[in-house]
Amino acid sequence: MADFISGFWNAYVMGLVGLSLLFCLFVLMSNNKRETGPVELHGHVWDENLAEYNNPLPRWWLYLFWITLIFAVVYLVMYPGFGNTKGALGWSAVGQYETEMRVAEERYAPIFAKYQGMDVAAVAIDEEARGAGKRLFVTYCAQCHGADARGAKGFPNLTDKAWNWGGEAETIKTTITGGRMGMMPPFGPVLGPEGVKDVVNYVRSLSGFAHDSLRAQRGVELFQQNCVACHGPEAKGTQAMGAPNLTDGDWLYGSTEAVMTETVQNGRTNRMPGFGEFLGEAKVHLLASYVYGLSNQPAAK
Amino acid sequence: MAQSKHEFIERSVGWLIVLTLLTVSVGGLVEIVPLFFQKTTTTAIDRTGKPLNVKPYEPLRLAGRDIYVREGCYNCHSQMIRPFRAETERYGHYSVAGEYIYDRPFQWGSKRTGPDLARVGGRYSDEWHRVHLINPRDVVPESNMPAFPWLQRPVKADDIEDKMRALQTLGHPYTAEEIAGARAALEGKSEMDAIVAYLQGLGIALSNFK
Repeated sequence: MADFISGFWNAYVMGLVGLSLLFCLFVLMSNNKRETGPVELHGHVWDENLAEYNNPLPRWWLYLFWITLIFAVVYLVMYPGFGNTKGALGWSAVGQYETEMRVAEERYAPIFAKYQGMDVAAVAIDEEARGAGKRLFVTYCAQCHGADARGAKGFPNLTDKAWNWGGEAETIKTTITGGRMGMMPPFGPVLGPEGVKDVVNYVRSLSGFAHDSLRAQRGVELFQQNCVACHGPEAKGTQAMGAPNLTDGDWLYGSTEAVMTETVQNGRTNRMPGFGEFLGEAKVHLLASYVYGLSNQPAAK
Repeated sequence: MAQSKHEFIERSVGWLIVLTLLTVSVGGLVEIVPLFFQKTTTTAIDRTGKPLNVKPYEPLRLAGRDIYVREGCYNCHSQMIRPFRAETERYGHYSVAGEYIYDRPFQWGSKRTGPDLARVGGRYSDEWHRVHLINPRDVVPESNMPAFPWLQRPVKADDIEDKMRALQTLGHPYTAEEIAGARAALEGKSEMDAIVAYLQGLGIALSNFK
């Protein structure tokens, strides 16, 4: 339905459409006479003796025009199109969409409700729920976390036991709903190039990676001064603030010395958008269960 | 043989042209012209008349939009979510005309080799877009999108004021200060910054992502 800035445009559309239809009617009527008697020639002559009969349109052809005219009138009566009229059927694109959504809601809401009434751990081992969860996951989550949920550089692997923000059912739900914003400030300016190297070597020593032990030694003190507030005195991280555990062998950005130096030097900012409002609680519950199930496989598997 | 009206038209080329143009223009006069005089298609409101938060593109986003057009993103990505459940479940609220009033030309596209981008704003992190544009396969191994590594070069800033002034003549409400500050806003930015800013602003008027 149109919301014209003035009534003129309504009349304009109605007038032009109406006139067009009347004009078509006039043309059809004036061609409706059944000619009798001999057919005239057109009067052109080509190539010495070629001439053309001035035959009227075949009747079946003419009827097709009548059908289009009748169709147009019926259509304009039933559907919106004749200026601001809504049409006898009351059809609208948005109305059709809303009906489609309502039908889907009636069909799928009970399924979502069933899972929502169940515990995340229970949904996680339900075969049917896992199928639905996987479909949701590949639609909404795979772009960052991968279709196999193993993530990519900077995008967490969800199939392992390493969780920056916590892997309990409720925490996963909170993460999906509200998103997460992880921020490590740059330490290059604070530590200086040598200091950064020392800290990196200390952190590498924690995981048993190749390192310079002299630098690692010096790094201990720098780490205690600068890093413990978030990563903790034992470098085991703080899930409440998304500070990763530096001793679990899980490296979001990779474990080469170059990458770790880059991280300490420039810091990292990482953000997961919140999907709660878009997906709604029911889908978040199902997704959280699926994600929970990825790293908490039942013993049978 | 008396000359019929039909014959007269067929035999006078001038009349034939005029009457043919008149006939074929009716469709456009009825279906296109009134759209320019409809509130939902010319102002930032949704179909119920509720105002939408749609603003003219800031300099960085405007530059990003031009890069989007230059790289031909519209060849594979549409920016138009139709009111079907299959689309709104995946992309979010269906598109409404008022969202596009500052899109000249609009980027609706007609082909989806990649997903629709009408509501991509806020859906991924800036960092995701950077990694993805430099090499899509780094985050989506199955992707067949080309890589755009050259976007890391500085964005062209010397014509941004002209662009804004041109849009101003078309009715985009830029202020003189906004135009004066446009070049400074692009200072030190890369094409990547510009296109990411553009993408992150797409569709946010009706988005569920903040």
